[in-house]
Amino acid sequence: MTKRIETVFESVKVQGRAALVTFIMANDPDFESSLEVLKGLPGAGADIIELGMPFSDPVADGAVIQLAGQRALKSGGSMKRTLAMAEAFRKENDTTPLILMGYANPLYAYGLEAFARDAAKAGIDGLIVVDLPPEEDHELQKAVQGLGISVIRLVTPTTDEARLPKLLNGAGGFLYYVSIAGVTGAARADLGKITPHISWIKGQTDLPVAIGFGIKTADDAQEMAAIGDAVVVGSSIVQKIAQMDVSAPDASPVLGYVDGLAAALKRSL
Amino acid sequence: MAMQQNSYRSGPDERGHFGPYGGRYVAETLMPLILSVEEAWNAAKNDPAFWAEFEELAKHYIGRPSPLYFAQKATQHFAKGDKGAKIYFKRDELNHTGAHKINHCIGQVLLAKRMGKTRIIAETGAGQHGVATATVCALFDLPCTIFMGATDVERQAPNVFRMKLLGAEVRPVTSGSSTLKDAMNEAMRDWVTNVHDTYYLIGTVAGPHPFPQMVRDFQSVIGKELRGQMMEAEGRLPDTLVACIGGGSNAMGLFHPFLDEPDVRMIGVEAGGHGVDTDAHAASLTGGRPGILHGMQSYFLQDADGQITEAHSISAGLDYPGIGPEHAWLFDQKRVNYVSVTDQEALDAFQLCAKLEGIIPALEPSHAFAHVAKIAGELPKDHIVVMNLCGRGDKDIFTIADRLGVKI
Repeated sequence: MTKRIETVFESVKVQGRAALVTFIMANDPDFESSLEVLKGLPGAGADIIELGMPFSDPVADGAVIQLAGQRALKSGGSMKRTLAMAEAFRKENDTTPLILMGYANPLYAYGLEAFARDAAKAGIDGLIVVDLPPEEDHELQKAVQGLGISVIRLVTPTTDEARLPKLLNGAGGFLYYVSIAGVTGAARADLGKITPHISWIKGQTDLPVAIGFGIKTADDAQEMAAIGDAVVVGSSIVQKIAQMDVSAPDASPVLGYVDGLAAALKRSL
Repeated sequence: MAMQQNSYRSGPDERGHFGPYGGRYVAETLMPLILSVEEAWNAAKNDPAFWAEFEELAKHYIGRPSPLYFAQKATQHFAKGDKGAKIYFKRDELNHTGAHKINHCIGQVLLAKRMGKTRIIAETGAGQHGVATATVCALFDLPCTIFMGATDVERQAPNVFRMKLLGAEVRPVTSGSSTLKDAMNEAMRDWVTNVHDTYYLIGTVAGPHPFPQMVRDFQSVIGKELRGQMMEAEGRLPDTLVACIGGGSNAMGLFHPFLDEPDVRMIGVEAGGHGVDTDAHAASLTGGRPGILHGMQSYFLQDADGQITEAHSISAGLDYPGIGPEHAWLFDQKRVNYVSVTDQEALDAFQLCAKLEGIIPALEPSHAFAHVAKIAGELPKDHIVVMNLCGRGDKDIFTIADRLGVKI
């Protein structure tokens, strides 16, 4: 099966930089516009792409991503369309890892086995399901077994010595370090606090660590890149998508913004 | 699934599941806290000093035990010839703050204190849980923020004012349908942000483990009292228990102590809104299917894609698209029978109860009373029905006046 995630982390390591992970919501503001942004992301410098699965009740998300989900659902977003979008992307790009991110209920409604099978067919490399902690993700782990899809675990500022082994057991792809206790799009993390925490985590695992939540500017990205293997930017990209004119969709302002983030990570070598 | 099949009262299992339902479906940031709530709860529930404090407050602050009242006029009203059940009300509307919600608020605030938490948040629909939370926070000198859907802020204005008088901050929530579900989403977002000092005082038998079990255990005071009171009044157990269900806290409190009594029949009454065959109701069991939201696996109103749909009920307290996981399990086990009552039936029952018994019930137990009205006349004279009159209706008079076209 595919090893796209591993390949990307090996490649950025050789280049001596952190990987750029970009989040967009599938079907936001509609299928065509969203697909255009998605297809353009690797060229703009995204190393890994997280594609949000729209959900009516995103309890871990701040206002920006809540609204993105609502726009996506309003224009007909669904699990079927999210998978269709991934498949369309994968036809043109066989190297950029594609991670689906969202909440458990739409997966269960689709049926976990059917979902895992169709996600594999669509070329999905990993899954982040925010409300499936290790205590509750065994059914999902079972469903993706042998399909080349990693279940990516979240590590947070509240993760302590007792908790970390539980998170590492069954973790695949990379670790997603949620840098603040809060929702997406919130305030920036305090570097002084998270730096020792992340270096402790890196001492406990060989998995790469991607830092997310609260990273809004090229400067933020540069700073986080110094302590993580990847940085995740979501809300600020989604904010640019919110400004797209649906009647004449133009992905270039969004992609231009991503290009700026990618350039910052390359500068920080 | 370590639950013993010979008892309906042994759940949840060690992972917080009632059969497939329940569990801890929360963001990882909250997991260590959820586990520490569980640890604190396990210690507290085995500590006689904890229960002594609870009982002291239940007696002198809440006013427990609540009376068991023989509703003679209602009994006569529904009787048909040689038939007609004997109707009792368990009067939890006489509690301090006017509903059963205060029972689990006292219990949880004591737990929050034990855990050293210094700030309380809660969600509220009708405002009863918000008022009860604001009340215990005033009593224990804790700052308190109540999340309430903007729609509910409007239709429950008296309770909003009460919460403010009690010193709480009321935050109107405008996302989604602006009702209870969205208030709960927002409370969870606040909790994940303030995880270090905040206790989320969940207002029903829902949310991640251990909340469904803990709220049930505090509310079980209702059923436990009833057992003794009924033995005193009739010398035997009741035949049928009836309670309304939104999240299901008052019903679970009434039912749980009787679950292993095979001769006690139980009926949970969901809010049927405009009818369960329409898309405007709040009957998660009758009209929903299993899913995951708000930290638990249970029944939810949702579309084919797994998007949660909006609930509707004339009663803000029942206007929730989900239900506690233990109810979901009891529904599957067929131990409890779940039915629904429409807005109109509840409205009629509200007025009937006021005129017949001189008791203005909340719109929530008006649903239960509407179902009692449907069944009482068909039951034998020696059949004993107990309805949980879980809240008083003062808060609803503006909604009722509006529906009746009366200007106050």
